[in-house]
Amino acid sequence: MTNTSAAPAAHSFADVTSSNESLRRFLHGLPGVDQVGAEARAASLGTRSIKTTAKAYALDLAIRMVDLTTLEGADTPGKVRALANKAMRPDPADPSCPQTAAVCVYPDMVGVAKETLGDSGVHVAAVATAFPSGRAALDIKLADTRDAIEAGADEIDMVIDRGAFLAGRYLDVYDEIVAIREACDATNPGAHLKVIFETGELQTYDNVRRASWLAMMAGGHFIKTSTGKVQPAATLPVTLVMLEAVRDFREATGQMVGVKPAGGIRTAKDAIKYLVMVNEVAGPDWLDPDWFRFGASSLLNELLMQRTKMTTGRYSGPDYFTLD
Amino acid sequence: MADFDYAPAPESRSIVDIKASYGLFVNGEFVDGTGTSFKTVNPATEEVLAEVAEASEADVDAAVKAARRAHSRAWGKMPGKERAKYLYRIARIIAERGRELAVLESIDNGKPIKESRDVDVPIASAHFFYYAGWADKLEYSGYGTRSLGVAAQVIPWNFPLLMLAWKIAPALAAGNTVVLKPAETTPLTALLFAEICQQADLPPGVVNIVTGAGETGRHLVSHKDVDKVAFTGSTDVGRAIAKAVAGTDKRVTLELGGKAANIVFDDAPIDQAVEGIVNGIFFNQGHVCCAGSRLLVQESVADEVLERLKRRMSTLRVGDPLDKNTDVGAINSAEQLARITELTRVGEDEGAGRWSPACDLPERGFWFAPTLFTGVTQAHRIAREEIFGPVLSVLTFRTPAEAVEKANNTPYGLSAGIWTDKGSRILWMADQLRAGVVWANTFNKFDPTSPFGGYKESGYGREGGRHGLEGYLQSEEGAR
Repeated sequence: MTNTSAAPAAHSFADVTSSNESLRRFLHGLPGVDQVGAEARAASLGTRSIKTTAKAYALDLAIRMVDLTTLEGADTPGKVRALANKAMRPDPADPSCPQTAAVCVYPDMVGVAKETLGDSGVHVAAVATAFPSGRAALDIKLADTRDAIEAGADEIDMVIDRGAFLAGRYLDVYDEIVAIREACDATNPGAHLKVIFETGELQTYDNVRRASWLAMMAGGHFIKTSTGKVQPAATLPVTLVMLEAVRDFREATGQMVGVKPAGGIRTAKDAIKYLVMVNEVAGPDWLDPDWFRFGASSLLNELLMQRTKMTTGRYSGPDYFTLD
Repeated sequence: MADFDYAPAPESRSIVDIKASYGLFVNGEFVDGTGTSFKTVNPATEEVLAEVAEASEADVDAAVKAARRAHSRAWGKMPGKERAKYLYRIARIIAERGRELAVLESIDNGKPIKESRDVDVPIASAHFFYYAGWADKLEYSGYGTRSLGVAAQVIPWNFPLLMLAWKIAPALAAGNTVVLKPAETTPLTALLFAEICQQADLPPGVVNIVTGAGETGRHLVSHKDVDKVAFTGSTDVGRAIAKAVAGTDKRVTLELGGKAANIVFDDAPIDQAVEGIVNGIFFNQGHVCCAGSRLLVQESVADEVLERLKRRMSTLRVGDPLDKNTDVGAINSAEQLARITELTRVGEDEGAGRWSPACDLPERGFWFAPTLFTGVTQAHRIAREEIFGPVLSVLTFRTPAEAVEKANNTPYGLSAGIWTDKGSRILWMADQLRAGVVWANTFNKFDPTSPFGGYKESGYGREGGRHGLEGYLQSEEGAR
């Protein structure tokens, strides 16, 4: 697990983060990403053929990596309780089916989720910091974060200030991540911080690589592609660039950072493509729910249907899986 | 936690039907040869696949006669738009029977199924589609509209079907008929292509396939009644062909060896450059005439690039060509394996540092682990001679001028790669490099619309694109 003391990663980059200028020089000095090459590499990994035992392994691993998510204005305690039950027992017909990593909700639903999940081991993740736009003052974002942690959230999914990032105010983005991380640590030192880039708004792979390094230096435990509210959300090439970044960050610092693609991953086949990429780009150490997550909702039933097909040899219909 | 071990994912062989023996394809029919025969083997297992006729001088003569008849009576007179219909039909059948062709190619050649499926077969089909479009537009080619007559075509074993397409599609589009000799280690897809010609109702004699080795090739290129010789293969054989046709009025195009420089600057997109290096030399086991077999890396980033390259090489999956997850397949023949082994031994003797990732090679068959040599200089044989295998020689440079000097310091000149984020440097380098194809921030990309061919000892003439028609048309000025 990641060292959970306050922002340990920041120390080795003290010079880099001493001013916006030095931070900009560092981020713009990272090797560029060639768009055509990165997309070709992602597509080529997508042609791996994962069958039989490998497929069974991948499906169970993918289920264990799901952050089962509901982020709607219409969320109610009843909806969240149903989701939490689904996370604990994804396939009521098969007790050997693993539970998901977490449920992901808005801060006001954390209490309900926590109460339902109890000591099941399924974490509660809360989106915070004026999700999804991130357009609020820092003290409001901090209050949002503390509120979620105090209600029992184990994980905080924060959004970066994309406006500041695109305007080149990297240090503002960095300082905000550090502040949110400190707020998490102050209330619950075990809480994990995921940093959402909204890559659909950052647009270029160079920006994704820069945002990845910025968030890792600021002490994020996970880097996450998207809120799910902007298209495109997670894509294979974006995740490729982020996996390269966490791999390189570990080489530079010895520290592992997790990766979470979120939004738009709907089929078991797609999920397996991501796992192949994790395996071959970041390495097998990342094939663990502590280091890789899927932010998804409908994906879970697709994984369950494929899993049932593996055990029974037959496809069953969506009516045989719970809609929560 | 258990590792994510990819279970075997073999492509089924059942789609192909390999006969015990094959004859020659002459005048639209399969006929027995009058000569001896030879065996073609699966290089991944050494299993004998089929007995194939070795065309004698008389067989070659019969094939050339059939081609001549077809040219004067049918194909040469046929309107371009009619010829186009046949070419489109062939292109479609190649695509429709793509899986069959891909599996057969991988079995006979040893290349991974993902490459035969995703590269060889689709590009072969695309080549026929592309030149089908030219057949009724020759007046816009700039090379006239009159065909040459009979083309003698000799192709190598590294891309058997694709090289066949590169040769036959432009020849037929321009109104020529052909006699083609596939390589002796990889005749099977050419023979399946002969079946496709029958299926497409191509008039008899327009395409003739004669199988055999060097002797058959000599009979073919030196036959009195061929108007054009097109060859892809080694520089030594190319030189012999050039001598054999000297003093005749045969037109010749040669696509020969290479020792391409893949040049990585310090501002390159490093992760993609590493992919490009891997694709440049390990694609098709390095059996690629335009392979990026010399890596020229700027000294200031050499350590970083090498470290990343080694890590990436460790993830290459070497093994069963029919497994859909195989990245590097079998070496095509015992003979080629011996040459690779010999040259790598020379590399070690000359003091270069040899490295390969840990990988289990199958016991039977012809295999060679992906290999790189560091500390190579221009004085090493492995920096000068074409190895034609999965072996990369790594050299360093300090300045763009030195990179150009080293890249050009070779008797070959087929291709080169440039990796930099600086557009102006790409243009400057492309201007300086004596290579027929220069790739920028990519490598080993082929497209029917793009001409391909060499400088210096890499041969002459261009294949692909509008330029590819030149070798098959009598330009108005040069009309005989």
